[in-house]
Amino acid sequence: MTRAALSALMSHWLRNPVQLGMLLVGLALATALWSGVQALNAEARAAYASAEGLLADSGTATLEHPAGQMPAGRFVDLRRAGWLVSPVLEGRVQIGAARVTVLGIEPLSAPAGAGPALAARDLDAFLGGLGYAHPQTLAEIGGADMRLHPADVVPVGTVLVDIGAAEALLGAEGQITRLTLAATQAAGLAPLDSLAPDLRRVEPGEGAELTGLTASFHLNLTAFGLLAVDVGLFIVHSAVGLAFEQRRAMFRTLRALGLPLRHLTACLAAEMLVFALLAGSAGLVLGYALAAALLPDVALTLRGLYGAPVPGTLRFNPLWALAGLGMTLAGTGLAGAQALWRLWHMPLLAPAQPRAWARASALGMRVQGLAALALAGMAGVLVVVGDGLVAGFGLLASVLLAAALAVPLALALMLRRAEGLARGPITQWFWADSRQNLPRLSLALMALMLALAANIGVGTMVASFRATFIDWLDLRLVAEINVLPRSQSEASDLQAFMATRAEAVLPMQRIDATLAGQPAQIYAMKDHATFRDNWALIAPVADVWDRLAAGEGVLVNEQLYRRAGLRAGALLDLPGVGALPVLGAYPDYGNPLAQAVLGLERFNAAYPDIPIRQFAVRTDDAPALVAALQDGFGLPAGQITDQVQAKALSLAIFERTFLITRALNVLTLSVAAVALFAALVTLSGMRLAQLAPLWALGLTARDLAGLELARALVLGGLTLVLALPVGLLLAQVLLAVINVQAFGWRLPLQVFPGDWARLGLWAMVAVFAAALLPALRLWRQGPAQLLRVFAHER
Amino acid sequence: MRYPAPKIGGRMHALELHDVCKGFDSLEGRVSVLESVSLRLEAGQSLALTGESGSGKSTLLHIAAGLDRADSGRVLLAGQDMSALNDTGRAALRRGHVGLIFQQFNLVPSLNVAANLALQARLAGRAEAGRIDALAQRLGLEGLMARYPEQLSGGQQQRVAIGRCLAARPALVLADEPTGNLDEATGDAVLDLMLELTRADGVALLLVTHSPRLAARCDRRAHLRAGVIGAAP
Repeated sequence: MTRAALSALMSHWLRNPVQLGMLLVGLALATALWSGVQALNAEARAAYASAEGLLADSGTATLEHPAGQMPAGRFVDLRRAGWLVSPVLEGRVQIGAARVTVLGIEPLSAPAGAGPALAARDLDAFLGGLGYAHPQTLAEIGGADMRLHPADVVPVGTVLVDIGAAEALLGAEGQITRLTLAATQAAGLAPLDSLAPDLRRVEPGEGAELTGLTASFHLNLTAFGLLAVDVGLFIVHSAVGLAFEQRRAMFRTLRALGLPLRHLTACLAAEMLVFALLAGSAGLVLGYALAAALLPDVALTLRGLYGAPVPGTLRFNPLWALAGLGMTLAGTGLAGAQALWRLWHMPLLAPAQPRAWARASALGMRVQGLAALALAGMAGVLVVVGDGLVAGFGLLASVLLAAALAVPLALALMLRRAEGLARGPITQWFWADSRQNLPRLSLALMALMLALAANIGVGTMVASFRATFIDWLDLRLVAEINVLPRSQSEASDLQAFMATRAEAVLPMQRIDATLAGQPAQIYAMKDHATFRDNWALIAPVADVWDRLAAGEGVLVNEQLYRRAGLRAGALLDLPGVGALPVLGAYPDYGNPLAQAVLGLERFNAAYPDIPIRQFAVRTDDAPALVAALQDGFGLPAGQITDQVQAKALSLAIFERTFLITRALNVLTLSVAAVALFAALVTLSGMRLAQLAPLWALGLTARDLAGLELARALVLGGLTLVLALPVGLLLAQVLLAVINVQAFGWRLPLQVFPGDWARLGLWAMVAVFAAALLPALRLWRQGPAQLLRVFAHER
Repeated sequence: MRYPAPKIGGRMHALELHDVCKGFDSLEGRVSVLESVSLRLEAGQSLALTGESGSGKSTLLHIAAGLDRADSGRVLLAGQDMSALNDTGRAALRRGHVGLIFQQFNLVPSLNVAANLALQARLAGRAEAGRIDALAQRLGLEGLMARYPEQLSGGQQQRVAIGRCLAARPALVLADEPTGNLDEATGDAVLDLMLELTRADGVALLLVTHSPRLAARCDRRAHLRAGVIGAAP
């Protein structure tokens, strides 16, 4: 019995392979987009875990000096006092063709971790100068005059060496960056506060760890993955629902022939399970390919934005594969649940109660309208009382779902209005027929609206951000050249050298600190027109620059300003300085950390002997100064960057940051086009009985095909019109809520009608392409197919 | 669940209805469709049920098949009380003992003729290739086995429906206006076949029709008027 029932159910798909293909494609694409995003997240998180576990297996506290480095003698002093500490020296340097992070450890005193374990493999060689690096880093370095072995545990962009070798490579003899503290220490030791009062103890999780810094980036990625899954599930829902409609007579016949309802329902559920497993497996392969294609750009973004060492190649992880398949099964279950429910409640003698179905359909529409209203209400509540990123995404989801659910209602109203305005019989029939067929197309149109709104919303957000970012970059990067000294003695020499050759030499000094409970950096700012004229401040106090120069307050970046809820005049506690009033905030796009700026004199008084990390130099003749620096100091190209290079680098990072978002957007729109295609192809087979009377009344098959095409374009166009305000609302939520919560900055909404026109054109091309095949089929096979309708009526 | 072929020709009645009542709710209140309907049908016997449109013929047939439930009264199919069975039990009884023939044919459009012919027999676990081939030959379908329902004429489709029903060796065939969609000549030919095959197999046949001409060809006749059964006029 089961085989007979299954073969009858499957025969529908074998007779309708295009419909089956669309269902499987929808499921596979949804799985691919979700699992692809999860693969990217998993790969990045594995890389963070590897980076954080390199020095010690479990989180280890460290001792750091505000200046960023300290004499190696501090290590000796603490060891003599009985403290189990180990020195680490870290810095950036050019090796071969790549600029890398050199991480120097002392393997004999280091706590257990992946790095020390690597060193212990051949301790003599390691102490003799052997280094380890990720194979990708080795490839980037190319040829180098040092011995390097490949090791997957070392993060990309890092070279692990003995601390002695690191001193030589970094030119930092006798210096260390920090001390790691072993988890277990002997009892009765003199407290660190008295032994080293100037060292800051940083507990694990307290510092600017990659996992925390990048959380927002990954949450954004996950949200877009979910959106793609939603659109994919709309396809599946639509395809399963239409197949149910088509097989309604078959279900009745099977039941009339003695197949129990329970058995039929189980067979239908088994059918969906098989489809989910088949398409899910194909989707995983696609997802892997998608992730592999996107990972290099994501890796560059993460490195550029957060300095996160993510390799550019993907490894297969069974966990995300299983999670992806689980998502597909759950999604198919959700999409198919309605069909199963309807089957379970379908009266065996359905044709006897057509009014009951009509009433059920109208009731369904009312329920949908009420659900849309409820979701819109929830969005309103979240706007007023919501706080945090999760609430932000809740708002986003409520707005999108409410809008999607309202689409069929809004379209029905528009079509009813058009029907009322129609004059000729054909146009009147056209609008009435479009309205009658709306329920069967509504899911596909909802998917299309979601995809279009997401495109408009995200596109507007990115374009607004880009325009603001470019303006900001022009003002921020006004210094003609930037010079990086290799040591403090060189910094002093450079300052003296440039003092007479440049208009202004603006040193950059900073310390790491914790501000308002957040990992942060405090910078020194020399009073100069470069800053006064170009830094646009948010809510500054009067005479802000004079007061900053006088050391009467502090500027904070927008991230800190918004996250800590600061206002101009509010007091901010700075370590070693005390509470200072906030004088204003400045935009600081692309920086994940909190930041504060002190006047140079106040900074140097509070934090003496902080090394100069960089000089921003104002000059009329940049090429001459660069040449003089290269001649006088032998500075390599990597130590001097001009304004054009810096802007190009920042813009490149910006573009890469949104590359994956754009890619997901395009894929989501493609998925929606597939949904519409699937719905139109399925519907075309069911519409013959509706079209045949018109053909009999004198319309040609060509006329009917043209009307079918026009109907798809009209519905697509109306959906686009509905998507525009929803997209702008989405953009506003992204700019004013999500960005503020995720990154800490708020951007003005700008409108780009040209982009909308382009998107609209592409959307209509997609709708046209989706409707073309069913229309052509009707045109070509029309008379023969339409005649059959009447033949069967004999 | 597999069902043995029912014993044909025994004393047991193929179908018994005792005081069956059925009504529907409407805007005007409860409308009675069947009022205390009783009838018996023996194996190998054919009974034509006639009546005006809306007289309750199809409702009676649906109740007899277990597709619908009576409000009161008893329906015995092959000796089993249908009113005591749930949906699964009624489906099992239908699968094992009943063959249904509809005015609209109700073939599965995605299955070809061969698969449609075998469908009910396979559901009942009684598919015999020899019998299906013999039926196909008898029904003149042997050259159409690979075709799909949409490629057949109405008469051909109804012949497939008859073959599908008889291939499962039911004890009772319930036919609801089986020639209602066919022209007179084709309808006559289809009915001839149906009567011949059911008689040959000793199958009981309940034929619902509004045509007195077709009804006259059955062994017995009954007439439904406003839900009450009586002798045919």
